[in-house]
Amino acid sequence: MAVGWQLRPWRRWLTRAPDPMLREALTFGLGYNATLVTLGATALGMAAGGAGTYLFLRKRALVSDAVSHATLPGICLAFMLMVALGGDGRFLPGLLLGSAVTAGLGLLCVAALVRRTRLTEDAAIGAVLSVFFGFGVVLLTIIQTLPAGRQAGLEGFLLGSTAGMLLPDAVLIAVGGALTLALVAVLHRPFTLVAFDPGYAEATGWRTGGIDLVLMALVMAVTVVGLKVVGLIMVVALLIIPPVAARFWTDRAAHLALIAGAIGGVSGYVGAAVSATAPGLPTGPIIVLVAFGMFALSFLAAPGRGVVAVALRHRRLQGAIHMRQGLLALATGQPIYEALTLRLLTRAGLARADGVATDAGRARAAKALRDERRWDVARSSPSLAGIAATHDGLSEIETVLTPDQIAEIDARIDAPREVT
Amino acid sequence: MAPVTLASDKGRVIGTPDTAGQALSVRGMTVSYGAAPVVFSVDMDVPQGAMMAIVGPNGAGKSTLLKAVLGIVKPLSGQVRVFDRALKEALPRVAYVPQRASVDWDFPTRVIDVVMMGMTRELGLLRRVRPHHRARAMDCLARVGMTDFAARQIGQLSGGQQQRVFLARALAQQADLYLLDEPFAGVDAATEAAIIAVLKELRAEGKTVVAVHHDLSTVPDYFTHAFLINRSRIAQGPVAEAFTPETLDRAYGGRLATAPVAQMADTGA
Repeated sequence: MAVGWQLRPWRRWLTRAPDPMLREALTFGLGYNATLVTLGATALGMAAGGAGTYLFLRKRALVSDAVSHATLPGICLAFMLMVALGGDGRFLPGLLLGSAVTAGLGLLCVAALVRRTRLTEDAAIGAVLSVFFGFGVVLLTIIQTLPAGRQAGLEGFLLGSTAGMLLPDAVLIAVGGALTLALVAVLHRPFTLVAFDPGYAEATGWRTGGIDLVLMALVMAVTVVGLKVVGLIMVVALLIIPPVAARFWTDRAAHLALIAGAIGGVSGYVGAAVSATAPGLPTGPIIVLVAFGMFALSFLAAPGRGVVAVALRHRRLQGAIHMRQGLLALATGQPIYEALTLRLLTRAGLARADGVATDAGRARAAKALRDERRWDVARSSPSLAGIAATHDGLSEIETVLTPDQIAEIDARIDAPREVT
Repeated sequence: MAPVTLASDKGRVIGTPDTAGQALSVRGMTVSYGAAPVVFSVDMDVPQGAMMAIVGPNGAGKSTLLKAVLGIVKPLSGQVRVFDRALKEALPRVAYVPQRASVDWDFPTRVIDVVMMGMTRELGLLRRVRPHHRARAMDCLARVGMTDFAARQIGQLSGGQQQRVFLARALAQQADLYLLDEPFAGVDAATEAAIIAVLKELRAEGKTVVAVHHDLSTVPDYFTHAFLINRSRIAQGPVAEAFTPETLDRAYGGRLATAPVAQMADTGA
């Protein structure tokens, strides 16, 4: 099959996975159903990462928590209604439709509370979330007492469960995820504009309220589609963790959405595959743990914004500043009090432990002092002031200015003098 | 200035105001955030090609008037005509520079991306960004002297640079009417000079500029027209007519020492 051929290089790499079951799951080897579930989870994860990015940029991440918790009464009511009508209460499209209705209602409640009262959005979210979820739990308890309710498996919607998922359900999730992802891609421009500057968006003819509504609808779609796979408690994590992790890697909104989509997709894929290896493994928590793993990696190791890179940069800057101050102190014959400065100078062989400059130290100190004078001249020169103003004052002057420029500066100051 | 009659009464249009030749006409604009109106029944006319300063004390409704004109804030009542058309039709001809502090400058975007936002309406949802779009964005950056900063993350900019980027974004809209909300607030002297130079260029091209302005001493130098507001309109017209010690005194309720005001207004006369 064509798909199998495309996957071959992958398969070879993945066959090193220790557990044969996991290996099979990761390479779509557990059969048609499991494959579709995994694909569905991947599409869902990508859609969640993409939609979640704009929710995060709009600074409304927690709205998704209200939406997801507000799905529970809808699921229960839909189940009861379908049973009362003599149908199968577990019919997934029916359950999802019910969840969408109450999720939308919850969303409207949050919006109305913010608009009509003086409550802020976080307070409104807290109120709506707890009331809807509480009502849902009551309904769930009632369902447990019904004869049809005992094997309903509605608890699976809390933490997510792909075990025993039917083929049409998997298709529904995959298609829903893919559609949401496509809509996010189409709408990324207005989403970005409204998140950055809603007033300007309105003034250039975008209806901010409408754009926000569409974004919320997409978040709702992700939530509803993801209920079966991730569970309503965890779906908020799938919306928020990917963009937060992606933020460490980029300073561009468009890239943020792509990276977040990728992180979400990988989380969905690995999570669904792992949970398929054993019957009791809940899908949602595993997906979220994978996402968290990628967050932790980003937080620590991302170049630029990761904590390790930030700490290294800080130390390097601190070292450069101490070095420069130490050299200037040597050049002007001032004592050095800072232990770090002295340590750096002695380690570089520029000063002895008692703070007296070595020969090399005197030479470097003389140059540091001269460079400082050069920068002073550069800052007051009209042609160089621009460069001087953007310069950090720490890197060597030769790396910033051309030899001609330096010669021009030197012509205006005294020739270098030996510092004793 | 001929007295302007209210064209609307409780949202019901009584008659179409005579707005021919005006870049912007506002009739009966009233805005309220809660109880008392912040802007009350304001009429405003900005002739084409004018450079108008909106002047008034803090809380006088200057920014709110601008936002209501653009539909960012929904007015309780009032009519807006832009180039003698309904705002909705004329919106592509209007560029807006919001207050710098109104956005989060830690937003993950680069300077050039912000300028490209000025073309979002034009590009719509699906049209691809072409080299000529990018070239126009770079042109706009060059006009405000920010070419070297195109690839910078916006969080690394100084206040003055942020303001220039916002102006470049408005330029990218290629509009005919420019509405600026305190473009000179908290910027360095170099930026102020750069911005006013661009605004004067725009005027030389026949565009119309309206700016909320705080520094009374520069009004006569920078602007051709003035609009004084303190909740209601105090005066409007050419600077020499509208920006006088008497109108300033009424706008600021005597809170300005009269002597310097007279001096400032005299320089404009």
